Amino acid sequence: MNFALCLLCILLTPLAAAGLALIHQGLGRSRSAAHSMMATLCALSVAAIVFVLVGASWTGFPGGAAHSFQAGGTQWNWLGNEAFFAQGILREGSLGSLTLCLQVFAVGIAAIIPLSAGTDRWRLAPICLATALFSGFVYPVFAHWVWGGGWLSELSANFGLARFQDVGGAGVIQITGGLAALSAAWILGPRRGKYSDESMATAIPGHNIVLVLFGCILALVGWIGLESASSMLFYGVATEQIVGVIINAVLSASAGFLAAVITTRIRYRKPDASLSANGWIAGLVSGSAACALVSPLAAIFTAAMAGILTTYLVELLELRLLVDDPGGAISVHAASGIWGLISVALFGNHSATSSSAQFLSQWIGIATLLGFMLPLIHGGNLLLNRFLPYRVDRDGDWQGMDIRELGAGAYPEFVIHADEFVPR
Amino acid sequence: MKLIGCLLLLSGWFIVLAALVMLVAVTQRTAFVVAGVAIELLGLVLLTRGYTAMQRRPQ
Repeated sequence: MNFALCLLCILLTPLAAAGLALIHQGLGRSRSAAHSMMATLCALSVAAIVFVLVGASWTGFPGGAAHSFQAGGTQWNWLGNEAFFAQGILREGSLGSLTLCLQVFAVGIAAIIPLSAGTDRWRLAPICLATALFSGFVYPVFAHWVWGGGWLSELSANFGLARFQDVGGAGVIQITGGLAALSAAWILGPRRGKYSDESMATAIPGHNIVLVLFGCILALVGWIGLESASSMLFYGVATEQIVGVIINAVLSASAGFLAAVITTRIRYRKPDASLSANGWIAGLVSGSAACALVSPLAAIFTAAMAGILTTYLVELLELRLLVDDPGGAISVHAASGIWGLISVALFGNHSATSSSAQFLSQWIGIATLLGFMLPLIHGGNLLLNRFLPYRVDRDGDWQGMDIRELGAGAYPEFVIHADEFVPR
Repeated sequence: MKLIGCLLLLSGWFIVLAALVMLVAVTQRTAFVVAGVAIELLGLVLLTRGYTAMQRRPQ
């Protein structure tokens, strides 16, 4: 593996977090814009510190030390067992040190996804606490199972199936983040004024769509770095094959975006900019799982389906299921990620295994995400919410998070509207 | 309803794990994994309905 190229790709990864931060901020309201960016930086900071101190030990890396037990005549590798506080790992210049470097950014990206669903009502202190739990335990468990030599990566050797494939982190990063967003949206409830007494939804548009669209471009660059680095580190993709990963990432974003533009143009007569931006990210997310395994044509099809699916799911969640998710994180990250994992079995190049075995492995991974990770994430969030309530109080609901929590607005020279959606 | 939904999610996952440990034939494993995922989906629906019903209640 080319150490310098891998390091260069890892260094691009924070741009994905920057892009997502701009998207979340722009899709929220102006009166909570500064709070949104502060929350992102708080989450990134807490995630990095907690992950390096604790989480990295449990995440481990392929071939590293691990906790395991014997069941059904098989060894189940379920948690990493490296030294805490990243002791000794950083000076080695080995696979372990590069893995840690990538994972620090990856856990940050996963940790900021739920902020999108909690925009305009999730307080800073509970955000930090939830992020600490997420990056210290929740993320490391699944990351170890898939990328750290855990049982999902050993399905082939231990059970005669195919290896669970998640090359770019559709499951490890996007779906775990998306499920955390779903949990946060359920616990927080909708923004005041979002639904009438008859449960009719009110449109609360994002305040800066230009930032949202610029965030999409930044996210693409970050995604290219993330997918290239994880392909090399966890799946042994050769340096000369990285060009394919980059092309697939660009095609995924483009196809997801155009599919959303066309779908919204047909449905609403004009393209919807915020849903189209969601389509761009949904394309990237769905393409992550198989970025190094599929042809460009398959990448385009997968992302286009994700772009279309996202526009419908955002509406379903908002109008029918009454889930207030201002940034569309649940549809974009969780649903598109699941579709991406399925697409690996549909279109991936399975040289050593049959397509049916790959299907089974992918479904086992998805079942683990829904059946274990979602209850774990939701249970943890419910517990934390009992000790430190997630939601801002009624006054804060009316004032906006900038004034309530930071004492000053993001745009002090602009006229900030009071909450015109809520009768006082 | 929400608690039952969460329990169904976990139950579905245990069925998937049981299929891995106890069965060898691909068709049997596939059937159990499909059944496990179906139970998880049922759990997800119940959990979602529980929260949707909570939102519909006047505050």
